[in-house]
Amino acid sequence: MKNCLVVDDSSVIRKVARRILEDLSFTITEAEDGQQALDCCQQQMPDAILLDWNMPVMDGLEFLSQLRKLDGGDAPKVVFCTTENDVSHIAKAIRAGANEYIMKPFDREIVEAKFQEVGLI
Amino acid sequence: MSPAEYDFLRQFLKTRSGLVLSNEKQYLIESRLLPVARKAGLASIAALVSKLRDPRETLLADAVVEAMTTNESFFFRDKVPFDHFNQLMLPQMLERRSARRQLRIWCAAASTGQEPYSIAMCLKEMGPKLAGWRVEIIGTDISNEVLDRAKAGVYTQFEVQRGLPIQNLLKYFTQTGDQWTISAELRSMVQWRKFNLLDSFASLGQFDIVFCRNVLIYFDQPTKADILNRIGKAMAPDGYMVLGAAETVVGLSDAFKPVADRRGLYAPTAGMATGSATAAAPRFAAGSAF
Repeated sequence: MKNCLVVDDSSVIRKVARRILEDLSFTITEAEDGQQALDCCQQQMPDAILLDWNMPVMDGLEFLSQLRKLDGGDAPKVVFCTTENDVSHIAKAIRAGANEYIMKPFDREIVEAKFQEVGLI
Repeated sequence: MSPAEYDFLRQFLKTRSGLVLSNEKQYLIESRLLPVARKAGLASIAALVSKLRDPRETLLADAVVEAMTTNESFFFRDKVPFDHFNQLMLPQMLERRSARRQLRIWCAAASTGQEPYSIAMCLKEMGPKLAGWRVEIIGTDISNEVLDRAKAGVYTQFEVQRGLPIQNLLKYFTQTGDQWTISAELRSMVQWRKFNLLDSFASLGQFDIVFCRNVLIYFDQPTKADILNRIGKAMAPDGYMVLGAAETVVGLSDAFKPVADRRGLYAPTAGMATGSATAAAPRFAAGSAF
């Protein structure tokens, strides 16, 4: 089973994402901010990361650039999932090494389509 | 709605658009046609039916046909057909048509445009290989309303997230609020035309590739067979046809045979000759230059 790290400061979003991804046969680890997520990755690299942008302590973009510098940090497929819905944010995320990008609000079909797109399912 | 009214509407839709409704689709008719009736100032389905019995009510008839059409569509829907397109059809056509440098592609149920635009993106991704080629993508649909949307090329945030890779969104769309508009260049690559699959294909010309996905499912067996046979005649013998995931030619038409290991892909049985598409019908003279 593949593991997905869900990073979002909203417990509601984490719960919704968990439900969708568990249906897609992922095991889930949760993190509330970029720093927690980074700690998780240093212990064990997940296969996938669903990543919010705006979070306290460390935001999603900062986390992503730190992750990609880690040993094995280029392996996880990173899918942003954020209310930042404009072209400049999307472009910035892709340049920083994101594999896909979900604009909130999202639903099951979108998550499934995006995870398919990056070859996770 | 009375059984007689329901029977009238079933027969009306079958004749007009080929749509076949089973016995228990009253709810579907009511949910889709009541708004049409109200818009026309009619109080009920019964009133709508009595208007439709007048053959001069062509606008109302069109509105009824359009309202009963299902128009769900996604970019790169089902993914597999576009893999076939990129990996097999397009490379082969680049070889087989290398002298003429012309290619004609038909999307027979273009709906709101996602399929023809997905094909246009595949072609753009081929880059310089298609330089100097004239490629025509012809998108047809029975509904004017969806064709207007297709032509405008404006999609919601939800629509651009189902099947469209984020790189393609950045490359081919511009954003206005939460709407995304496909580039003028891609829009110019597709020609749109209102067309009923029950009508003669003669005016469309001959095609190298036909996408006919998720539309045959609405027709009865004889209508499916007839459409498939006529598509066979409208194609280059070495061309390809793509059907939807739940559709097949098996048991319906001898005009096509499945392509091995390529789900949903069919080749004309007459095929594998050296023929190529004849000149485009004059009304589609303006193909896209690459």
